[in-house]
Amino acid sequence: MEQLMEDLKRQIIEALNLKHLKPEDIGNDQPLFVEGLGLDSIDALELIVLLQQQYGVKLDNPQEGPTVFRSIRTMAEFITTAKKASA
Amino acid sequence: MLYISGTVSIQGNRIQRNGSAVSVPEVGGVPDFVTRVYEWLKPEYPKFYKMDLPSQLAFLAGEVLLRDLSLSGYDPAMIALTLTSASGSLDTDLRYAASARTMASPALFVYTLPNIAGGELCIRHKLKGENTFFITPAFDAPLLAGHVEQTLRIPGMEACIGGWIEAVDGHHDVFLYLAEKTKRGLAINHTAEELEKFYQSHYGTVDGGSEKTDHRGA
Repeated sequence: MEQLMEDLKRQIIEALNLKHLKPEDIGNDQPLFVEGLGLDSIDALELIVLLQQQYGVKLDNPQEGPTVFRSIRTMAEFITTAKKASA
Repeated sequence: MLYISGTVSIQGNRIQRNGSAVSVPEVGGVPDFVTRVYEWLKPEYPKFYKMDLPSQLAFLAGEVLLRDLSLSGYDPAMIALTLTSASGSLDTDLRYAASARTMASPALFVYTLPNIAGGELCIRHKLKGENTFFITPAFDAPLLAGHVEQTLRIPGMEACIGGWIEAVDGHHDVFLYLAEKTKRGLAINHTAEELEKFYQSHYGTVDGGSEKTDHRGA
Protein backbone atom coordinates (compact mmCIF):
# COMPACT_ATOMS: atom_id res chain seq x y z
CA MET A 1 0.00 0.00 0.00
CA GLU A 2 2.82 2.45 0.88
CA GLN A 3 4.49 1.90 -2.49
CA LEU A 4 1.19 2.32 -4.30
CA MET A 5 0.57 5.63 -2.54
CA GLU A 6 4.04 6.88 -3.49
CA ASP A 7 3.44 5.84 -7.10
CA LEU A 8 0.09 7.62 -7.12
CA LYS A 9 1.66 10.86 -5.88
CA ARG A 10 4.21 10.84 -8.70
CA GLN A 11 1.59 9.93 -11.29
CA ILE A 12 -0.81 12.63 -10.12
CA ILE A 13 1.89 15.29 -10.20
CA GLU A 14 2.76 14.28 -13.75
CA ALA A 15 -0.80 13.82 -15.03
CA LEU A 16 -2.12 17.07 -13.54
CA ASN A 17 1.00 19.13 -14.27
CA LEU A 18 1.49 20.01 -10.62
CA LYS A 19 5.07 21.08 -11.26
CA HIS A 20 5.17 23.18 -8.10
CA LEU A 21 4.75 20.06 -5.95
CA LYS A 22 7.00 17.16 -4.98
CA PRO A 23 5.60 13.77 -3.90
CA GLU A 24 6.64 14.48 -0.30
CA ASP A 25 4.47 17.63 -0.34
CA ILE A 26 1.34 15.49 -0.62
CA GLY A 27 0.14 13.81 2.55
CA ASN A 28 -1.46 10.37 2.34
CA ASP A 29 -4.62 11.65 4.02
CA GLN A 30 -4.57 15.20 2.71
CA PRO A 31 -7.79 16.15 0.86
CA LEU A 32 -7.15 16.31 -2.87
CA PHE A 33 -9.93 18.73 -3.72
CA VAL A 34 -10.88 22.24 -2.65
CA GLU A 35 -9.08 22.98 0.60
CA GLY A 36 -6.34 20.38 0.11
CA LEU A 37 -4.45 20.29 -3.17
CA GLY A 38 -7.10 22.51 -4.72
CA LEU A 39 -7.93 20.15 -7.57
CA ASP A 40 -11.03 20.87 -9.67
CA SER A 41 -13.61 18.98 -11.73
CA ILE A 42 -11.32 18.70 -14.78
CA ASP A 43 -8.66 17.19 -12.53
CA ALA A 44 -11.23 14.66 -11.34
CA LEU A 45 -11.74 13.54 -14.95
CA GLU A 46 -7.98 13.33 -15.37
CA LEU A 47 -7.78 11.12 -12.25
CA ILE A 48 -10.40 8.79 -13.72
CA VAL A 49 -8.25 8.52 -16.87
CA LEU A 50 -5.16 7.88 -14.70
CA LEU A 51 -6.86 5.03 -12.84
CA GLN A 52 -7.86 3.45 -16.10
CA GLN A 53 -4.54 3.93 -17.88
CA GLN A 54 -2.15 3.09 -15.06
CA TYR A 55 -4.13 0.47 -13.18
CA GLY A 56 -6.83 -0.77 -15.54
CA VAL A 57 -9.44 0.23 -12.96
CA LYS A 58 -12.71 1.87 -13.98
CA LEU A 59 -14.85 4.08 -11.81
CA ASP A 60 -18.24 2.78 -12.94
CA ASN A 61 -20.34 4.76 -10.50
CA PRO A 62 -19.65 8.52 -10.68
CA GLN A 63 -21.34 8.88 -7.26
CA GLU A 64 -18.29 7.14 -5.79
CA GLY A 65 -15.96 9.89 -7.06
CA PRO A 66 -15.89 12.10 -3.97
CA THR A 67 -15.17 9.07 -1.75
CA VAL A 68 -12.55 7.48 -4.01
CA PHE A 69 -10.74 10.74 -4.70
CA ARG A 70 -10.84 12.06 -1.17
CA SER A 71 -7.14 11.41 -0.62
CA ILE A 72 -4.17 9.41 -1.87
CA ARG A 73 -5.01 6.71 0.68
CA THR A 74 -8.63 6.34 -0.47
CA MET A 75 -7.47 6.12 -4.09
CA ALA A 76 -4.94 3.44 -3.18
CA GLU A 77 -7.60 1.50 -1.23
CA PHE A 78 -9.99 1.70 -4.18
CA ILE A 79 -7.32 0.41 -6.59
CA THR A 80 -6.35 -2.43 -4.24
CA THR A 81 -9.97 -3.50 -3.71
CA ALA A 82 -10.81 -3.28 -7.42
CA LYS A 83 -7.75 -5.34 -8.38
CA LYS A 84 -8.58 -8.00 -5.82
CA ALA A 85 -12.17 -8.18 -7.09
CA SER A 86 -11.06 -8.65 -10.68
CA ALA A 87 -8.35 -11.24 -9.84
CA MET B 1 -8.79 60.01 -27.71
CA LEU B 2 -7.25 56.68 -26.70
CA TYR B 3 -3.84 56.08 -25.22
CA ILE B 4 -1.41 53.18 -25.04
CA SER B 5 -0.60 52.98 -21.33
CA GLY B 6 1.86 50.10 -21.49
CA THR B 7 3.15 47.27 -23.65
CA VAL B 8 4.87 43.95 -23.11
CA SER B 9 6.35 41.45 -25.52
CA ILE B 10 7.69 37.96 -24.92
CA GLN B 11 9.61 36.51 -27.82
CA GLY B 12 11.92 33.56 -27.35
CA ASN B 13 13.75 34.00 -24.05
CA ARG B 14 13.36 37.75 -23.95
CA ILE B 15 10.83 40.11 -22.44
CA GLN B 16 10.34 43.76 -23.22
CA ARG B 17 8.18 46.14 -21.25
CA ASN B 18 7.32 49.49 -22.78
CA GLY B 19 10.02 48.88 -25.37
CA SER B 20 12.82 48.19 -22.87
CA ALA B 21 14.36 44.81 -22.11
CA VAL B 22 13.31 43.20 -18.83
CA SER B 23 15.95 41.11 -17.11
CA VAL B 24 14.69 37.75 -15.87
CA PRO B 25 17.01 36.30 -13.22
CA GLU B 26 18.23 32.72 -13.41
CA VAL B 27 16.38 30.40 -11.05
CA GLY B 28 18.27 27.31 -9.97
CA GLY B 29 16.80 24.06 -11.23
CA VAL B 30 14.28 25.73 -13.54
CA PRO B 31 15.36 24.98 -17.10
CA ASP B 32 12.51 26.39 -19.16
CA PHE B 33 12.08 30.11 -19.66
CA VAL B 34 8.33 30.27 -19.13
CA THR B 35 8.53 28.59 -15.71
CA ARG B 36 11.53 30.80 -14.84
CA VAL B 37 9.46 33.92 -15.53
CA TYR B 38 6.64 32.56 -13.39
CA GLU B 39 9.06 31.79 -10.52
CA TRP B 40 10.49 35.28 -10.82
CA LEU B 41 7.11 37.04 -10.79
CA LYS B 42 5.80 34.82 -7.96
CA PRO B 43 2.09 35.41 -8.67
CA GLU B 44 1.12 32.45 -6.43
CA TYR B 45 -1.30 31.05 -9.00
CA PRO B 46 -0.91 27.24 -9.03
CA LYS B 47 -3.34 26.89 -11.92
CA PHE B 48 -0.60 28.36 -14.11
CA TYR B 49 1.11 24.97 -14.24
CA LYS B 50 -1.98 23.34 -15.71
CA MET B 51 -2.36 25.85 -18.54
CA ASP B 52 -1.21 25.21 -22.08
CA LEU B 53 1.60 27.35 -23.48
CA PRO B 54 -0.51 30.10 -25.12
CA SER B 55 -2.42 30.57 -21.87
CA GLN B 56 0.78 30.57 -19.81
CA LEU B 57 2.30 33.20 -22.08
CA ALA B 58 -0.84 35.34 -22.02
CA PHE B 59 -0.89 35.03 -18.23
CA LEU B 60 2.77 36.05 -17.84
CA ALA B 61 2.45 38.93 -20.29
CA GLY B 62 -0.58 40.14 -18.35
CA GLU B 63 1.36 39.99 -15.08
CA VAL B 64 4.21 42.09 -16.48
CA LEU B 65 1.90 44.53 -18.27
CA LEU B 66 -0.37 45.23 -15.32
CA ARG B 67 2.24 45.29 -12.55
CA ASP B 68 2.19 49.09 -12.44
CA LEU B 69 -1.09 49.61 -14.26
CA SER B 70 -3.76 48.47 -11.85
CA LEU B 71 -7.23 48.05 -13.30
CA SER B 72 -8.90 48.04 -9.90
CA GLY B 73 -10.36 51.52 -10.41
CA TYR B 74 -12.55 50.34 -13.27
CA ASP B 75 -15.83 48.49 -13.30
CA PRO B 76 -14.76 45.01 -14.52
CA ALA B 77 -17.59 45.07 -17.09
CA MET B 78 -15.97 48.12 -18.68
CA ILE B 79 -12.61 46.46 -19.38
CA ALA B 80 -12.44 44.68 -22.73
CA LEU B 81 -10.04 42.22 -24.30
CA THR B 82 -9.08 41.83 -27.98
CA LEU B 83 -6.59 39.10 -28.82
CA THR B 84 -5.21 37.81 -32.10
CA SER B 85 -3.15 34.81 -33.16
CA ALA B 86 -2.19 32.90 -36.30
CA SER B 87 -2.08 29.40 -34.85
CA GLY B 88 -4.48 29.72 -31.93
CA SER B 89 -4.47 26.53 -29.91
CA LEU B 90 -3.07 24.35 -32.73
CA ASP B 91 -0.27 22.82 -30.64
CA THR B 92 -2.73 21.88 -27.91
CA ASP B 93 -5.21 20.58 -30.47
CA LEU B 94 -2.54 18.24 -31.85
CA ARG B 95 -1.52 17.07 -28.39
CA TYR B 96 -5.15 16.42 -27.56
CA ALA B 97 -5.67 14.49 -30.79
CA ALA B 98 -2.59 12.39 -29.95
CA SER B 99 -3.92 11.69 -26.45
CA ALA B 100 -7.28 10.68 -27.93
CA ARG B 101 -5.62 7.78 -29.76
CA THR B 102 -5.28 6.04 -26.40
CA MET B 103 -7.32 7.93 -23.82
CA ALA B 104 -8.36 11.52 -24.40
CA SER B 105 -7.04 13.94 -21.80
CA PRO B 106 -9.75 16.17 -20.26
CA ALA B 107 -7.06 18.60 -19.02
CA LEU B 108 -5.83 19.07 -22.60
CA PHE B 109 -9.34 19.24 -24.02
CA VAL B 110 -10.24 22.32 -22.02
CA TYR B 111 -7.44 24.26 -23.77
CA THR B 112 -8.42 23.29 -27.31
CA LEU B 113 -9.84 26.71 -28.12
CA PRO B 114 -7.67 29.76 -28.83
CA ASN B 115 -9.75 32.11 -26.72
CA ILE B 116 -9.09 30.11 -23.55
CA ALA B 117 -5.87 32.15 -23.25
CA GLY B 118 -8.09 35.23 -23.13
CA GLY B 119 -10.30 33.53 -20.58
CA GLU B 120 -7.32 32.95 -18.30
CA LEU B 121 -6.48 36.66 -18.52
CA CYS B 122 -10.08 37.58 -17.74
CA ILE B 123 -10.19 35.30 -14.70
CA ARG B 124 -6.86 36.56 -13.39
CA HIS B 125 -7.58 40.27 -13.84
CA LYS B 126 -11.36 40.19 -13.46
CA LEU B 127 -12.09 41.48 -16.97
CA LYS B 128 -15.78 41.17 -17.76
CA GLY B 129 -16.15 43.46 -20.77
CA GLU B 130 -16.34 42.74 -24.51
CA ASN B 131 -14.07 39.83 -25.38
CA THR B 132 -12.88 39.03 -28.91
CA PHE B 133 -10.33 36.70 -30.47
CA PHE B 134 -9.26 36.97 -34.13
CA ILE B 135 -7.24 34.47 -36.12
CA THR B 136 -5.02 36.43 -38.51
CA PRO B 137 -2.10 35.27 -40.68
CA ALA B 138 0.35 37.59 -38.87
CA PHE B 139 0.48 40.36 -36.29
CA ASP B 140 -1.96 42.90 -37.69
CA ALA B 141 -1.62 46.28 -36.00
CA PRO B 142 -4.35 48.04 -38.05
CA LEU B 143 -6.90 45.32 -37.26
CA LEU B 144 -5.96 45.30 -33.59
CA ALA B 145 -6.00 49.09 -33.25
CA GLY B 146 -9.24 49.35 -35.20
CA HIS B 147 -11.07 46.77 -33.14
CA VAL B 148 -9.83 48.12 -29.82
CA GLU B 149 -10.99 51.61 -30.83
CA GLN B 150 -14.36 50.29 -31.90
CA THR B 151 -14.73 48.37 -28.64
CA LEU B 152 -13.90 51.41 -26.56
CA ARG B 153 -16.61 53.37 -28.37
CA ILE B 154 -19.18 51.24 -26.53
CA PRO B 155 -20.67 53.62 -23.95
CA GLY B 156 -19.00 53.28 -20.57
CA MET B 157 -16.03 51.22 -21.74
CA GLU B 158 -12.83 52.43 -20.11
CA ALA B 159 -9.95 50.17 -21.07
CA CYS B 160 -9.02 47.33 -23.35
CA ILE B 161 -6.14 44.87 -23.34
CA GLY B 162 -5.11 44.09 -26.90
CA GLY B 163 -2.55 41.70 -28.21
CA TRP B 164 -1.07 38.86 -30.20
CA ILE B 165 -0.53 35.41 -28.64
CA GLU B 166 1.35 33.06 -30.91
CA ALA B 167 2.87 29.79 -29.68
CA VAL B 168 3.48 26.94 -32.06
CA ASP B 169 6.21 24.44 -32.95
CA GLY B 170 8.40 25.49 -30.04
CA HIS B 171 8.36 29.20 -30.99
CA HIS B 172 6.45 31.87 -29.19
CA ASP B 173 5.76 35.49 -29.91
CA VAL B 174 3.53 37.47 -27.58
CA PHE B 175 2.59 41.14 -27.54
CA LEU B 176 0.10 42.67 -25.11
CA TYR B 177 -0.79 46.27 -24.48
CA LEU B 178 -3.24 48.30 -22.47
CA ALA B 179 -5.35 50.95 -24.20
CA GLU B 180 -7.21 53.42 -22.03
CA LYS B 181 -9.25 56.58 -22.34
CA THR B 182 -7.36 57.98 -19.37
CA LYS B 183 -3.79 59.21 -19.81
CA ARG B 184 -1.31 57.27 -17.65
CA GLY B 185 1.80 55.13 -18.02
CA LEU B 186 3.28 55.59 -21.49
CA ALA B 187 0.33 57.79 -22.49
CA ILE B 188 1.13 57.43 -26.20
CA ASN B 189 -1.60 58.01 -28.76
CA HIS B 190 -3.28 54.74 -29.67
CA THR B 191 -2.50 54.20 -33.36
CA ALA B 192 -1.65 51.19 -35.50
CA GLU B 193 1.73 52.77 -36.28
CA GLU B 194 2.66 53.01 -32.60
CA LEU B 195 1.56 49.42 -31.98
CA GLU B 196 3.62 48.22 -34.94
CA LYS B 197 6.61 50.19 -33.63
CA PHE B 198 6.38 48.57 -30.19
CA TYR B 199 5.86 45.13 -31.67
CA GLN B 200 8.81 45.54 -34.00
CA SER B 201 11.04 47.06 -31.32
CA HIS B 202 11.57 43.64 -29.84
CA TYR B 203 13.06 42.28 -33.02
CA GLY B 204 15.08 45.44 -33.53
CA THR B 205 16.96 44.86 -30.28
CA VAL B 206 17.99 41.26 -30.89
CA ASP B 207 21.78 41.02 -30.36
CA GLY B 208 22.09 44.66 -29.46
CA GLY B 209 20.14 45.93 -32.42
CA SER B 210 22.31 44.45 -35.13
CA GLU B 211 19.91 41.71 -36.07
CA LYS B 212 16.27 41.92 -36.99
CA THR B 213 14.39 38.68 -37.10
CA ASP B 214 10.70 38.63 -37.74
CA HIS B 215 8.96 35.42 -36.74
CA ARG B 216 5.50 36.79 -37.26
CA GLY B 217 2.99 34.14 -37.96
CA ALA B 218 5.57 31.40 -37.36
